[in-house]
Amino acid sequence: KMATSSGRCSVEPPLFGPHTGHDPIKALYPMVNEEETPLPRCWSSKDKYSFIGLTQNNLRVHYKGHGKNHKDAASVRATNPIPAACGLYYYEVKIVSKGRDGYMGIGLSSQGVNMNRLPGWDKNSFGYHGDDGHSFCSSGSGHPYGPTFTTGDVIGCGINLIDNVCFYTKNGHYLGVAFTDLPPQLYPTVGLQTPGEVVDANFGQAPFVFDIGEMMRESQCRVRTTIQNFPVPDTYGQWQTMLHRMVSTYLVHHGYCATAEAFARSTSQDFDEELTSIKNRQKIQKLVLGGRLGEAIETVQQLYPGLLENNHNLLFMLKVRQFIEMVNGTDTEVRGVSRSPSRPPTHESSPSPPCWSNGRTTDPVPGTSSTPPSSSTTSTPVIQQHTSVIQSTKNVISSGQTSASPVTTEELNQRNAQDLRASSPPSATNGTTPVIHLPVPSGSSSSSSSSSSTSSNSSSNMHDSDTEMECMEANSHHLQETNNSLGDTSHSNGFSNGFSKDIDIQDDENEEAMEVENSVGSRKMCGGNPDAIGRMLAFGKEVQHMSQVLRRELGKNDHNKKILQDAFSLLAYNDPWNSPVGWQLDPLQREPVCQSLNSAILESHHLPRRPPLEICVAHTKQLISLMSRSGIGSCAFASVDSLLGSQQ
Amino acid sequence: VEPHGPVCKLLHLHLIMEVLPTYMDVEHSRAYIDQLYSNDSHKCFQAVSELKFAVIGSVREKGTIIEQGVVVRLLQILRSSELDILLKTEVVTVLNSLAKGLPEHASSLVQAGLLPALWEQIETCAGGSGTSAYTQMILCCLRSVYRQGCAPPPPSWDHKLLTTLIQHGYHPPSNQECVANILAHACKTCEQQQQLVDAGGADLVACMLCSPVSRVQLPALHCLAAMCYKNERVSSILATKSYGGKAVPDLLVGLMARDRPRDMQLAAATSLTFLHRAGALSADDPKIIFKTLQCLVRMCRRDREVWERVEAANTLAYLTEVSTELQRTAAMTDHLIHTMNDYLKDTTSSAGASAPQGICGSPISCRQYDNPSTWPELMLEAALKVYASLGANDEDIRQRVIKTDGLMNTIVTSLSAACPAVQLAAVRCLHSLSRSVHTLRTTFQDHMVWRPLMTVLKTSSSEELVTVASSTLCNLLLEFSPSKEHILDQGAVEFLCGLTRRPHPGLRLNAVWALMNMAFQAEHRVKVSILHHLGTDQIFRLLSDTDVHILMKTLGLLRNLLSTKGHIDQIMQCHGKEIMQAIILILEGEHSAEVKEQALCILANIADGDMAKNAIMSNEDVLKKLMNYMVIPNVKLQIAATFCISNLIWNVEEGAAERQNKLRDMGVYKLLQNLMTTTDTALFDKVKTALQQFH
Repeated sequence: KMATSSGRCSVEPPLFGPHTGHDPIKALYPMVNEEETPLPRCWSSKDKYSFIGLTQNNLRVHYKGHGKNHKDAASVRATNPIPAACGLYYYEVKIVSKGRDGYMGIGLSSQGVNMNRLPGWDKNSFGYHGDDGHSFCSSGSGHPYGPTFTTGDVIGCGINLIDNVCFYTKNGHYLGVAFTDLPPQLYPTVGLQTPGEVVDANFGQAPFVFDIGEMMRESQCRVRTTIQNFPVPDTYGQWQTMLHRMVSTYLVHHGYCATAEAFARSTSQDFDEELTSIKNRQKIQKLVLGGRLGEAIETVQQLYPGLLENNHNLLFMLKVRQFIEMVNGTDTEVRGVSRSPSRPPTHESSPSPPCWSNGRTTDPVPGTSSTPPSSSTTSTPVIQQHTSVIQSTKNVISSGQTSASPVTTEELNQRNAQDLRASSPPSATNGTTPVIHLPVPSGSSSSSSSSSSTSSNSSSNMHDSDTEMECMEANSHHLQETNNSLGDTSHSNGFSNGFSKDIDIQDDENEEAMEVENSVGSRKMCGGNPDAIGRMLAFGKEVQHMSQVLRRELGKNDHNKKILQDAFSLLAYNDPWNSPVGWQLDPLQREPVCQSLNSAILESHHLPRRPPLEICVAHTKQLISLMSRSGIGSCAFASVDSLLGSQQ
Repeated sequence: VEPHGPVCKLLHLHLIMEVLPTYMDVEHSRAYIDQLYSNDSHKCFQAVSELKFAVIGSVREKGTIIEQGVVVRLLQILRSSELDILLKTEVVTVLNSLAKGLPEHASSLVQAGLLPALWEQIETCAGGSGTSAYTQMILCCLRSVYRQGCAPPPPSWDHKLLTTLIQHGYHPPSNQECVANILAHACKTCEQQQQLVDAGGADLVACMLCSPVSRVQLPALHCLAAMCYKNERVSSILATKSYGGKAVPDLLVGLMARDRPRDMQLAAATSLTFLHRAGALSADDPKIIFKTLQCLVRMCRRDREVWERVEAANTLAYLTEVSTELQRTAAMTDHLIHTMNDYLKDTTSSAGASAPQGICGSPISCRQYDNPSTWPELMLEAALKVYASLGANDEDIRQRVIKTDGLMNTIVTSLSAACPAVQLAAVRCLHSLSRSVHTLRTTFQDHMVWRPLMTVLKTSSSEELVTVASSTLCNLLLEFSPSKEHILDQGAVEFLCGLTRRPHPGLRLNAVWALMNMAFQAEHRVKVSILHHLGTDQIFRLLSDTDVHILMKTLGLLRNLLSTKGHIDQIMQCHGKEIMQAIILILEGEHSAEVKEQALCILANIADGDMAKNAIMSNEDVLKKLMNYMVIPNVKLQIAATFCISNLIWNVEEGAAERQNKLRDMGVYKLLQNLMTTTDTALFDKVKTALQQFH
């Protein structure tokens, strides 16, 4: 069991877009990258014979020819071919009217196949015909296949892109495989031949009559079994050693010091790095993730002299981040002066997420900095309010505020904060609630059962069977759970793990921090302290200067230019947190910085920039997207995240 | 390898160190067996421990130990009240291990009296905690014995015991698994099903279906199936039970989902099938017609295990046996008719297969799949049953089935198969197909199916087989069937008449029915032969049969015998007296209107004869009865009686005037005139016709 940390991978394949509940077609085929391979969503108004008419958003097809004989047959293809990454593709056609003779064909065809024909009659064309119930496989003569179909019937056509077979359904009943060895890149196709024939297509925009979801789950189950049963060469336990190695390098890389030690001890391995070095890195990471960039830079310079001096771009990135943290009011430079009851709630961050300290909670502030859900809930109600002072004033005036004195931003901020409160679940520990809802895919915090989203109907393995049950001799049973939300949140694993653990512990310090937290009403730039603002501005100049020097010495660097611009843009808003550039203030943004610094330190010690485990995960994801591009259907059911999630 | 569980491990871990070296030393001499009989409980314990290590995982050792008669001593220890619970637990562990050996091993344990001993112990420690290791072990042992399929279920449950058992079924999962298995295997009769429900078994099963542990869910499904099999009352209770807000049928659908383990899908489908057949779920319920049906058809596919395919096909045949809608849907689902053809041909594939491990079919098919050499037979039987169900009602499907490659040949050869189950399936299939007029005239004639069918009828001792076969024969004897003559040549009359004397009512019914069909428009010699072989005594016996269907068919037979003038006169000449007696018997008896109508129709037939008329005319009692029926408030009976009168007075026939006069004197004419006021057109026509005959 290992933590997935895709958020740390710089190359993120675009396979797992966030699930949008609004697009049912997309939801059917989550592994399809529609930028590369768009899904069929309606009939093509171009790719059809002239005797075909389309209405109702190109979903209804009617015949408008003479219909004298088979030469008057006409077909239409869908807008796009079926992407292989669908794994299992399905669409349904309802026969609105069988017309004169009911010569309707439903099926699949390749691009370029003659449209003056019914599907199935030509090469690379496949159809099931209503008049005789025959299936036509690239041939003018059909084979007895299923029942005939007519007005009112719903015919489904499915294609299994793993086995490359096509099946049909009639009114929700499975008719069986009709065609095998299908070519790739087929389009949904219907053909009509006599006047009055009208059919409606359902590409997934509405619920299907046939239960395709269950069939998909079966395919998923099959693919998963194949993966899990895939034989690995394990001569002399090399495989096991390699896995241990991957886990331990991962732990070391991210500075999970105590865990790494314990793991190494139980698997009798050595580190490549000294323990003190790991601890040093851990310390630096804590500082960066805590938003205390100034201290972090100092520490690096102290512990790794020459590192930043030789890596100007990295130093620049750190400085820019430091500037942002000053705006945030978290950096040490401004922190001392800004400590006040009005500390910004979501941006006062703990010096480190507790997970880095392997369970020894030092100073966690749950629900504030490092939890993505809380920050995302922040932005939703707030953005509609205002982005700049002027706008906000307008809003308020137009909403009926007759008072001559405009509402101050501070008041608005307070409102925002209240909104935020209101929008979060009514819980005593306000800030912590979102954390509990995080799925926790790593085994390290399996104690927090509330966080794992196991499907309720799964038949799970009996964990205690080994110790309690004499009679349970059969093999173990796999968990059958789907953890869909995993893909969305996996990048914050490290944090959520630590937090859910800390919620259980709830030591004094924690409570103290929360107390402060709850009394906070508003947030201001640099904590609202004029001194700090001055320091921030001075530091800004320093950074700008550095940028100019860098440009002179190293040449133009678009990335540096962009991050500086974004950072300075914060100053343009009175309430930077609710501004279009406010995302920079999200503590989550410390992660890539932390990552780069950590990698640089490791690299300077001739250790890998990224742990093999993460490389392996990234590789796998790349391979899956490659499978998708190469038309290998099983990629649809091989999502790395869901696979890892299923092994909880 | 047989696992020996953590229970004993945990309990006696400290002993292993102590015991193991000794065990090694005496491995071959088995000295520890002597110690078993020691009065020193410590020594005895050591011996039992050693025994445990010896038998676990070794089938050979289990056999030897049982042969040596050790079981008796073990049971003795078990029953002794003064001995330590730890020792007893160890004893039950050994017994459990022995029970897990070959079925013979379990049998000999049962013969040695293991079951009562265990039940007794369960009762004894019922007061204690259900989680105690001892109780758990006993349940495990019972489970192992029952799963071997050799333990006779108690003829009737002791309610207290059953309640205790059900209580143990709630916690922990290991106990749940055991209890579910025991109940599933020990629930065979209608009475047991009812007892189980009365003791709270329905709630327990619903609860166990929701267990997160598949090893509990699966036997729970088997238990559910065993409970609702052919039991309407229990099924309706189970179908309305729910757990965690979900009704049992919905829970079953959840367990039948495609991504569930296959044995679970199959077991859930079986449960739903049984619920449907017992009337708790209708055929057009989506859970049945979509989910269950599709699941079972899917399980028949070639890529499944043989046992799964057989089990699925058998269940499918049962599911679709009655409902035409289900038959039609099944016939179009996933090439089922074609898939079944594979079953017929799949006779060689399993030849080299070894006995499968860990098949967890339902208790109903317990141990059925142990011997791979029987698999082809099982597949053949299952497929024939499916075909029989599919073709039961729909002529289209029937024609598709008949066109199945080689099916008719398979049926014909299967009719003379050595295995009675295959024979039965073949006859069932033939019976379904015989409902097609077209098939009777063509395919059946071509394949001369009557020949093996008659052989089955004459040679088989199985009542079920003969019932279905004679039912098929009924259809083959229909007048348009070309087989009729051949069947007569085979001595069918004598055989069928013999069959009417059988105690089984189904057999009697089919026999009379077949004779009725045979007599329809038959030649005189056939009718005489029937009367000769049946004998009037037997006709009387059949007419006094308690089964009204048999009575009706017998009257039908008489009606068919007494048709066409020539035959009527000849038969009445020989048997007139008895026949008239029989009719009077019916008319005077307490029978429904339908029965009496048949009797009146026979009278009308007799009245159609030339000489036979006298049998009625000379019997004033009968004439009065006829007049009586003309006025009773039942149109059908009125019509039949009037028809009979009309035949008696038919104008052109000899002596008509005389008869008319007699009847007129009796007041029939007046009766008829009165009946002219009827509003029933059919009766009016008959009355009018009759009146026209009077001069």
